[in-house]
Amino acid sequence: MSELTKLTMAEAREGLKAKRFTAVELTKAHLAAVGAARGLNAFVTETPDLALERAKLSDAKLAKGEAGPLEGLPIGMKDLFCTEGVRSTACSRILENFVPTYESTVSGKLKDAGAVVLGKTALDEFAMGSSNETSAFGPVTNPWKRKSDPSVKLVPGGSSGGSAAAVSARLVMGATGTDTGGSIRQPASFCGLVGLKPTYGRCSRWGIVAFASSLDQAGPMTRTVRDAAIMLGSMVGYDPKDSTSANVAVPNFEAALTGDIRGMKVGIPKEYRPDGLSAEISKLWADGIGMLKDAGATPVEISLPHTKYALPTYYIVAPAECSSNLARYDGVRYGKRVEGKTLDEMYAKSRAAGFGKEVRRRILIGTYVLSAGYYDAYYIKAQKVRRLIADDFAKAFETVDVILTPTAPSAAFGQGETDDNPITMWLNDIFTIPTSLAGLPGLSVPTGLSADGLPLGLQLIGRPFDEETVLKVAEVMERAAGFTAVPAGI
Amino acid sequence: MSYVIEGETGDWELVIGLEVHAQVISKSKLFSGAATDFGAEPNTQVSLVDAAMPGMLPVINEYCIEQGVRTGLGLKAKINLTSVFARKNYFYADLPQGYQISQYEYPIVGEGEVILDMPDGSTRTVGIERLHLEQDAGKSLHDQHPSKSFIDLNRSGVALMEIVSKPDMRSPEEAAAYITKLRSILRYLGSCDGNMAEGSMRCDVNVSVRKAGEPYRTRAEIKNVNSIRFVHQAIEYEARRQVDLYEEGGQVVQETRLFDANKGETRSMRSKEHAHDYRYFPDPDLLPLNLTQDYVDAIKATLPELPDEKKERFIRDYHLSAYDAGLLVADQATADFFESVAKGRDPKMACNWVMGDFSAAMNRLGRTIDNPPVSAANLGGLIDLIADDTISGRLAKEVFELMVETGKAPAVIVDEKGLRQVTDTGAIEASIDAVLAANGDKVEQYRSGKDKLFGFFVGQVMKATGGKANPALVNEILKKKLG
Repeated sequence: MSELTKLTMAEAREGLKAKRFTAVELTKAHLAAVGAARGLNAFVTETPDLALERAKLSDAKLAKGEAGPLEGLPIGMKDLFCTEGVRSTACSRILENFVPTYESTVSGKLKDAGAVVLGKTALDEFAMGSSNETSAFGPVTNPWKRKSDPSVKLVPGGSSGGSAAAVSARLVMGATGTDTGGSIRQPASFCGLVGLKPTYGRCSRWGIVAFASSLDQAGPMTRTVRDAAIMLGSMVGYDPKDSTSANVAVPNFEAALTGDIRGMKVGIPKEYRPDGLSAEISKLWADGIGMLKDAGATPVEISLPHTKYALPTYYIVAPAECSSNLARYDGVRYGKRVEGKTLDEMYAKSRAAGFGKEVRRRILIGTYVLSAGYYDAYYIKAQKVRRLIADDFAKAFETVDVILTPTAPSAAFGQGETDDNPITMWLNDIFTIPTSLAGLPGLSVPTGLSADGLPLGLQLIGRPFDEETVLKVAEVMERAAGFTAVPAGI
Repeated sequence: MSYVIEGETGDWELVIGLEVHAQVISKSKLFSGAATDFGAEPNTQVSLVDAAMPGMLPVINEYCIEQGVRTGLGLKAKINLTSVFARKNYFYADLPQGYQISQYEYPIVGEGEVILDMPDGSTRTVGIERLHLEQDAGKSLHDQHPSKSFIDLNRSGVALMEIVSKPDMRSPEEAAAYITKLRSILRYLGSCDGNMAEGSMRCDVNVSVRKAGEPYRTRAEIKNVNSIRFVHQAIEYEARRQVDLYEEGGQVVQETRLFDANKGETRSMRSKEHAHDYRYFPDPDLLPLNLTQDYVDAIKATLPELPDEKKERFIRDYHLSAYDAGLLVADQATADFFESVAKGRDPKMACNWVMGDFSAAMNRLGRTIDNPPVSAANLGGLIDLIADDTISGRLAKEVFELMVETGKAPAVIVDEKGLRQVTDTGAIEASIDAVLAANGDKVEQYRSGKDKLFGFFVGQVMKATGGKANPALVNEILKKKLG
């Protein structure tokens, strides 16, 4: 394995500037790693030729002193972002051969910043899942192994599992994720990465295949907090093409990494200790609190009383929106079509052939909760609870600057281990979903290993549009935790 | 003027409510920048948003909002400062998103009213329940291929205003008057061209019948009736059908019906049991629409004088009858034309000319008020010539036809043709003397009591003067001479 693939984005940025290596060399090293790691199934579509072309352009720009913030840095693009001229599948059969004529705002911004995209990374179908096993193109394997049994293939988490596996296995320096209920943070935790879901409205959703419009948000997945800050800076910004995009100033996120969190108040929500929370996760959390105390911050116990309703609320709101968002995949204009004798039969056949089990499950739930006679009891009630959950956070942030919780209830699990019960899978997101419902920024930072040698992350939650504080605190924890473990073989 | 259907069990009353879909005049669509021109090649005015490509998002076209507010104000309706766009979910091949973005619980415009001008000059007020904005669907073409349907998405996403009346109409005439008046208001406002033939105004008709004094009975909704004449026919047919059904002991079911213009009948499309469950919910891609009162007031300040106000002013300032005023104001350009003609002249005469010979010539020649057969200035000039006795009313009709033919000013025509009225009493007297001398026998008969011969003498004098003699003078002098 090339030393070049072990660099962080910040290091590679300096190396390119100092001409210690070229963007083409950096890209080739990573392309070689991609080729050697196909067993992980992290990529749905590799674009090596495009990448080398871009890398050459980057070298030219670097030579002229016109480098963008991400100039020449190899990244992976979650296959939920529509990319012009490159197949964009959402890991669904229904979009298996869909090649957009347009580029999503966020992927376009990253390219403009000089990032070299090596390909499209795998995800749970339409971002619905927490293990990457619902992808139509096969599961993704986590590069991390259990000490007790390295032969067990573990999931990378989901839905941004391909991105997580690729960054973790050093195939790319960073990758885009999208997060609806935890799809950036949970896989980051499972793969020992930093994953940031920004405030809802921070990144444009234009050109991202929609799952649940009121929750979807793009964000970076990287190996360090600094890299997350660097990458985030080139993803955010107001976009008039997205009516829910926020017209707020874009700060210099990297400048927020001062290392100084003295006097800061850190909220510790008492409701995030459900019965059955493992001793391992409890200890991880306690250790995290200790790190912040040592750095001069003050932990404050807070209450987020509606936390227990977050999961059921999410599983009404998200499927409701998805049932409507996915109606456009009807076989009429693009995507998979299976002919039928009537229009209705064509719809039924196309959608049955095009959508996997989990997607169908959520469309059915969503259709049900929006139906006449059930709408008030489910959807309206869920919207009210969502408001209460957001109010809980708003109240907490009157006294604290940031909130610390576990990211996920466990370390990465084995492929196929939760097949029989979707609820088990859904429970993976109990700590991340409330943040999503409230639209707040949330970041997972790796702070320890499980007894079985697997990475575990803690989640930091910030005020709306205060990604800076979240990043600042995360960097302090990152340093305190000294998380240097790498997956087997790296 | 009450309209009743005489049944075997007594008289039945009609209850009618209308839902009018009016296409908003706007260069681009409600949520995309694609053009809205009528008659373009299929699928040439379709953006990625209109085709519902993955990841595409709607962005509100502010001009369409302004048009909606303007229309609401024109209907004297409440403008809701907060309204919400919702998704109406259903599958159809010409509905790319699988949902229509519409407004459901929170429309942009609330209750208002439309005043109907009935043919007898009376008025009736019909309540407006609401106006909301929504996207149009595309068009399915089933006649282009033996086994396939073609889809044209040019119309997909075009902004519509759905204007819902209260069930306040009681006869087909009132329904027709409502559409006419609504269309007139929309045209005055410039928010919809009201062209039913091109589909930029479409109508769903809700019809029920009841015995006098009863609460409302079950209604049927007749979809997409596309001319005022068809609305009339559809209502008459449907009301009769319902009366017959009740009188045979049956029940009207709540359903959607289709009007077959060829057969002049309505047919069931789908019953309530098969009605769609549209699963409305607020569109998460769009934030609630918040307007300020200042914004609404600024639009209000730009409203033109609307038909009702104009009609009132015409009655007040020009002393026209309600009927005449109603006719004149129905079309803004006609009203403007009238005002140019009437300025400084006798308004009643101006009205008679505009609605009489002028309208007739316009219709005969297939011209429009924007390209009139005679200019307002020339028509006014003609009226002046009548008023100052240069020509008689009878001659004026001849002059008018020459104006239409030649485009020349009336005074020019009068001079060229020597049509100036003779008011010289000496000349008229001379003519009369000649006529009386030539008809001595008739003069005798007249004097011995045959009064009816007076007309004969007038006719002879007019003939002798080439019709140019002032008729009042002829009468006066003749009477004197005949003693």
